[in-house]
Parts: sequence; structure tokens; C-alpha cells
Amino acid sequence: MSDRQAGAGQATLVIDGAEVAFEPGESLFEVSARVGKRLPSLCYDERLEAFGACRLCVVEVEGIRNPVASCTTLAADGMVVTTSSAEVEAWRKTLVEMVASENREVEVDPLRGHASQELSRLVARYDAVPGRFAGEPSGKSREDDGNPFLLRDYDLCISCYRCVRVCAEQQGDHAIGIANRGFETRITTEFDGELRDSACVFCGQCVQTCPTGALADRKAMRGVDVPGEIEKTRTICPYCGVGCSVDLMTKGDKLVGVQPAMDGPANKGALCVKGQFAFDFVQHEDRLAHPMVRNDDGELVRASWDEALDRAAKGFRGVVERHGRHAVYGVASGRAPHEAAYLMQKWIRTGFGTNFIDNCSRA
Amino acid sequence: MSNPLSDMELPNVMFCIGTNMTECHPVAATRLKKAKAKGAKLIVADPRRIRLAEHADLYLPLRVGSDVALLLAMAHVIVREGLVDGEFVATRTRDYEAFRDHVAEFTPEWASAICQVPAKDIALAARWFGEAAPGAIYYTLGITEHISGVDNVQSLSNLALMTGNLGKVGGGINPMRGQNNIQGAGDCGAIPSGFPGFQACDDPANVAKFSKAYGREIDCEKGITKVTALDLAGDKIHAMLIDGENTVVSDPDKGHCEKALRSLEHLVLIDIFETDTAKFADVVLPATAWAETDGVVTNTERRPQRLRAAVPAPGEARPDWWILAELAKRLEMPGFDYSGPDEIFNELCSLSPIYAGLDWDLVGTGAYQWPVPEKGHPGTPRLHETEFPNGRGIFKKILYRDPAEVVDDEYPIWLTTGRRLQTYHTNTQTGRSEGIDYFVPHEVLEVHPEDLTAWGLADGQLAFLESRRGGIEIRVEAHPRSPRGTVFSSFSFAATPINDLTGSGYDPVTQTAELKVCPVKIRPVAENEPVPSS
Ligand code: SF4
Ligand code: FES
Repeated sequence: MSDRQAGAGQATLVIDGAEVAFEPGESLFEVSARVGKRLPSLCYDERLEAFGACRLCVVEVEGIRNPVASCTTLAADGMVVTTSSAEVEAWRKTLVEMVASENREVEVDPLRGHASQELSRLVARYDAVPGRFAGEPSGKSREDDGNPFLLRDYDLCISCYRCVRVCAEQQGDHAIGIANRGFETRITTEFDGELRDSACVFCGQCVQTCPTGALADRKAMRGVDVPGEIEKTRTICPYCGVGCSVDLMTKGDKLVGVQPAMDGPANKGALCVKGQFAFDFVQHEDRLAHPMVRNDDGELVRASWDEALDRAAKGFRGVVERHGRHAVYGVASGRAPHEAAYLMQKWIRTGFGTNFIDNCSRA
Repeated sequence: MSNPLSDMELPNVMFCIGTNMTECHPVAATRLKKAKAKGAKLIVADPRRIRLAEHADLYLPLRVGSDVALLLAMAHVIVREGLVDGEFVATRTRDYEAFRDHVAEFTPEWASAICQVPAKDIALAARWFGEAAPGAIYYTLGITEHISGVDNVQSLSNLALMTGNLGKVGGGINPMRGQNNIQGAGDCGAIPSGFPGFQACDDPANVAKFSKAYGREIDCEKGITKVTALDLAGDKIHAMLIDGENTVVSDPDKGHCEKALRSLEHLVLIDIFETDTAKFADVVLPATAWAETDGVVTNTERRPQRLRAAVPAPGEARPDWWILAELAKRLEMPGFDYSGPDEIFNELCSLSPIYAGLDWDLVGTGAYQWPVPEKGHPGTPRLHETEFPNGRGIFKKILYRDPAEVVDDEYPIWLTTGRRLQTYHTNTQTGRSEGIDYFVPHEVLEVHPEDLTAWGLADGQLAFLESRRGGIEIRVEAHPRSPRGTVFSSFSFAATPINDLTGSGYDPVTQTAELKVCPVKIRPVAENEPVPSS
């Protein structure tokens, strides 16, 4: 199943009987994933440094006595690796059951976050029984934090530290930390207070990498009771010029939330507070739903498209008749798509033969 | 940007000037933080101690509007200390000798007197940038929204040229664009100087091409900018069609702007909300919004990407392109029969050399950065790798000029404006998104704590802030981010129309308004005192 020919001189290893070439620095996890064997994991996020905490990704390596975590073990020439055996599978099942037993619930709504289904999927895959072990939750929920965006439901925390690591490594803000060690370990913010008073910028990246929904998208969760299946549509954030790729989450005709696109060329899974949470202006009741024209009393009143377009056209025609074609000016938007800007300039150039066109970049 | 966003993780020295990147382009800033974690040095020049400055290895708190002085002195040091990339200068540039002689007199000590940054820090910044391999420059409106905006950009270009940092992986000059399709609006020809693809509209060959394509004789001369058009409203300009821009809140000198719009005989707006600008409109046409519209937008690294509709628009709202096409047909303009946005985008590609190799389907995954001169071309992540548009990069001799207005006895305080992390532009969108007001319920004026005391103000108090053009009431907030003598506010709240005050001058070339510098005075207001009119 190798997607590369093992050329002369290139280091290779054997995974489940097949010879595979690899690049120096690749982990066993990465090499396996590349040949189509995605190993089970909970603490893994391909954008982050491997952490080796959950042990679900263990594999057997010939000549090494105990199974090793594949995410933190680098591939080496001549290694012979087995990714699945009866023992390893039994061990994984036990691990999943232990982790799941700590949590109040395993099935969480997918609106909680991009990775929120990882634990429940593993439970299903291993047919694990969540209550088999007496577990203590790793954290305590912070119902007191009144921020509108991030739910801190730490009862569901499994101490994979993906949130801490995404904050430090991806966002670069170090707003989330780890308090205490060992059995007392808790995910927290500096000073253990509300997020608003911390270094948190509410980018939402912790929410999107959390594998259990312990950190969750409070705003999207308002849509939990909206009937219908979640559908995702790939588009681009409406705000700044970075152009982050996002997936719009809809249920029927309702826009319920936004998730970052992990493969977005500009953002690779990152977003900021605006792109992540400021989406609901779209279906706001203030939206203009009908054309409006100013009446004789000076008020803007509802009109049909025909009336409004005729009135608009008539006004331009009249101005050209009275003042000439250089009296008309067009301003395109920096927030509407190309087709709007292109047609706006075409409208001016075709209609009036001038270059009296600009956009709002000067403001 | 000359270089792709992914290059932001690669420089070993990053020079950020006039860019509040962690608030205005947050995801781009995460890449700089990653470069820093790998050991790169970060130099930040900004009047305010912004969050990015907290990450900096060297912070240069320059006085608003003094960028040229700082940059001249950096060039001076790079020459003096022999850090010029001789080979790049010899093979890729022009007019270096004249530039070298020009900067000889602009020492860090000279600049320090103007920009109030210690001379030794200016020299250190120059040394770091001169020794960088590669060094990258990032800037935003803090560079362009000045009467010397073009001079500022050219000064940065001089720095990049003399150090050979153009056309290199991890280098470049990188302006960060502030709106999701502001780059695209230019690409599409919605500018008075160029047709789609920045083809000059005073070049007879281009004029002939578009006159033929559009079936109409087009003037062979540049149009006027929006700023000039507003100046001429009621005089030479009598009708405007404005798409999606809340002009009276976002533009400088609100009083002037309102007067201009009022003096038009005919104003048609296309928008998604009834904004403050609608007060002046004769007709308001409802457009579909983001998430309701299929289309293409181009980001700051020249990457066209697809917008996709996911939900229906409210009521009778229609896509901008449909509205424009209908309006064209009613004015008997030829060539506006389109079946959908794909057809329009493909027409744009056929007329624009930088998009010639693209079409609606090809931009679907955002895999290309323009120029894409023909089908099969992989796109151009980095500009200027082998040559510049005019062959060689030209050094420009720039002189420092004061801002249009400088502080004096009557208006002793510098006001500078910008955006905040959570609110966007005039807040018509973020203000209608639930939860944003948890962070930013209303506008405040950020004032250094010691200035508050010196000016007889208490933290949180209402104050009257006034420039030569107008005054507003605004709440003050003690903020160590503001330097002594400089105050800051965003332009996101119509209730605090800071642009009543701004608009002291415009760059003579681009006519970009000097929104970053405005001398003001301030005084406390008792909570029940009537607002003075000005
Ligand atoms: S998510 Fe934030 S950084 Fe990304 S495009 Fe939107 S506004 Fe810009
Ligand atoms: S994925 Fe390897 S230990 Fe968690």
C-alpha cells in the first residue's frame, strides 16, 4: 500500500507486513496515516507537537518489549511494526473505557466543536462500556463564566491538553494553563478566573480541537434544538483580508454556527473571534428584505423591484441629461464578491464611458 | 502581499510597522508568533503599545505620522554599517547611488528628534533588519492612512530593496488588507486608474480593448477618486451608486461627507442593512449577504477563493450582480445578460491577464495566487522573484513631511484611530452578532493614566473631544497602551462618530485620508451637561 516507491538508499520500515519508505523525522503515527492506517488517538492534532499522553496510538515494534506510542516514536530504518493485534486492541478498548468512565456523558452534540465527536466515535468503535470503571472527572465545570462564546464544561475533560497546546503552539497566546499535577490536574486559565480577565482572545481554537466537547462553542449550541441535520458548506470568512476558510453549519434554512476549515490555505484550522463567532448578523431581523424608495414626504418606503429599479434608472438618466455623463460616480464594496465589483465597474464604464469608479479602500 | 501568508513563519527578522495585527489580522499574527517561537526576532514600530508590541524583541514607540523619519534613519544606518546587499542592488535595482547620498544626512539622532524613539533603538532595528536573512516587512493602514502614505510605502520599499529582501522566501513587503475582498475590488477594476487586472485606463491599447469588449467608447484618461468625487458632489458629481459601504460612519470628516451626499440629486445604495448612509438615499436596494451569496473573493496574499451560499436571503434581497445587471438593462446598457456569478467571473478572467489562467471551477479550492497568466500555470506565491513590473526596483528619494495638522497650543493632543479585535469596521455586522457587546459594549477613548490626571479627567468619565472639524462626547478609559499625549478610539460605533473629527488631509497621490493623525483637545463633561454644538 506504499504511495512511494522505496528507492535505493531511502530508509524503509515494515508496517503490518508492507514495506514503506519514510522521511527522516516522520513519526510512526504519521507514516501509518500516510499508508491509510489512521491509528486511534485522543491527544493527537496534526498541527501540534506530538504529546504521547493518551496511549491509544500504541503499536508493537519488533525487538521492543512493550508497545510504544506511535505519535512520539520516530520511524527508523528497518523497523518492523504491527499496528493491530488482539492484545493491542484489548488494551485500547480498556483505555477508552477508562477515559469514558471519567465523564458525565460521552455522546455530545456535534455543534460543540469540530473534534467533539472523537471520544464518542472511539467508544462506538471499541464497543466500550463507559461505566465499567469508577472514574473521577478530570475537571470541574465553570458554570460561573458568563462569556457568550466558550462553554467550559470541564466535567468532560480527559486531560489530553490539546486546548493548552493549541493555545500555546497555534494561537501563541498561552491563555490556558494546567493547574496542579497528577490526580489533581485541571485545565484552567491563568489566575483561575473568568476567561475575559485572562489573556484569552476568544479565537475558539481550543473549542475546535477538544475531543470530548468539554470546551464547547456556546454560540453554536444555541442551535442544538433547531430541528434537522447539520450540513456544512465551505466558504470564506466575511471580515478581514486574511481570508480564512470556514465551514458554515446550517440546519435547514438556519445558520447555526461556523467551524474553521482544517485545510484552509490561509488559516489551517485557525480563526479569530470575529470569524468564529460573529456570523449571526446574516439572519438578523434588521436585514433589508425589500427595495425602498424615498416618497414625496421624504420617507423611505417599501417598493417593488420594478418600481425601485425604474426609479433608480430614471434618476441616473435624468442626471446625465442635465449634467452629462461625467456627473455619475460608482463606489464598489470591499466586502462584496468579485462579481459585484466587476459589474459595478462595467456598469460605470459601459453606461457612461468614464472611469469614475472607486471602492471603499480609502476609508 | 508580495509573499504568501505561509512565509510569515519563516523570516528571521520581522519588521511590523503600523499594523495592529493581533487585533486586525489575528490569524496572520499567529504565524508571526510561531516564527518567534522558532527564534525569529520581532521589531514592532507603532505609536501605541499594542498587543503585538508585547511580543516584540524591540519596540519602537514612534510619534504618530513620523514613519518616514524613522525609515530614513534606518536606511542611513544600513548604509553606514555596510549591511547593503550589494549584489541585489547591482543586479535588480536602479538609482541606488542617489539614494545612498540622499540618506547620508538622516542620522538616527536626527530622526529621534522627530519620532521620539531613542537613536540607539533606531540603529539597533536597522542593524537587525540589515543582517536579517531573510527579513520581512508587514504593514497596514498605520502606514497608508497618512498624507505621506505613499512616501511611507516607498520608504519601506527602499529598505527591502537595499537589503535584498524582495522575491525571497520568507521576505517581502507585505501589506495586510483590511476587508475580505478589498484586494478583489481592485483586481476587478473598481478603481479610477485601472481596468480589471490593473490595466492602466489611460493606455490607448487597454482603452481600445475594453471599449470593444463593453461596446462603448471609454475615456482614455483616469477617473477621479471617491474622495474627489465627494468633494465635487453637487458641483460636478450629481449621482452616485454605492454598494455596501456605510460612508458616513467610515469616512473622514463626517460633516463634509454628509453635506456631499445631501447635495447629490440622485443616490442609490445597495446594502444588507439600512445604514446611516441610507438617510441620504433616494433608492435602497437589498442585497444578499455573506452565507447567502456565491462568488469569489481574493485575500491579502492574492489568493482568489470561493464564497458559497448556505442559506436563503431574507425577503426579496438579491445578489449584487443581479441588481447591477437589472439596473444596466433598464439603462439599455449592452452585455449584462448573465445566468449566474460563474459566467461573470469567467468574463473577468478572460479580460484580465493576472486571472487569465483561472476560471470559476479552478478557484474552487483556493489553490492559486495571482498572477496566473495562462491555463496550467501554477500561480505565483511570491512576486518579484526574477524581476519587477518595470524591470528593476527603483530607489526613491523621500523627504520627511509633518502631518497635515500638528499639535499646537489649542489642539495639543494627537488622536489616532483604528479597529478593535471584536468589532469590525462600522459594526453593522459585528454589532448585530450576539455576544460581541460582552467585550465591547460602547466606544471608549484610550488615554494614558497619567494624562487622565493631567487633564483633570477620571477613568470612565465622559469627556468632550474636539478637533478643528468637530467634536463628540466620548467616555475615557485609562489605558497604558496609549503613550503620553496620544489618544485612541475606533470608528466602529455610530453613537461615537470619531470621524466627525478626522480628515485633516489626504495623501496627494492616493487620496487616502490621514485617519491616523488628528490634533485634538479634550475637556471633562459633567454627566448632565448639554452637549455643546460645534
Ligand atoms: S477569521 Fe479573523 S483573521 Fe480570519 S479572515 Fe476572519 S477576521 Fe480575518
Ligand atoms: S495520540 Fe499518541 S499518545 Fe495520544
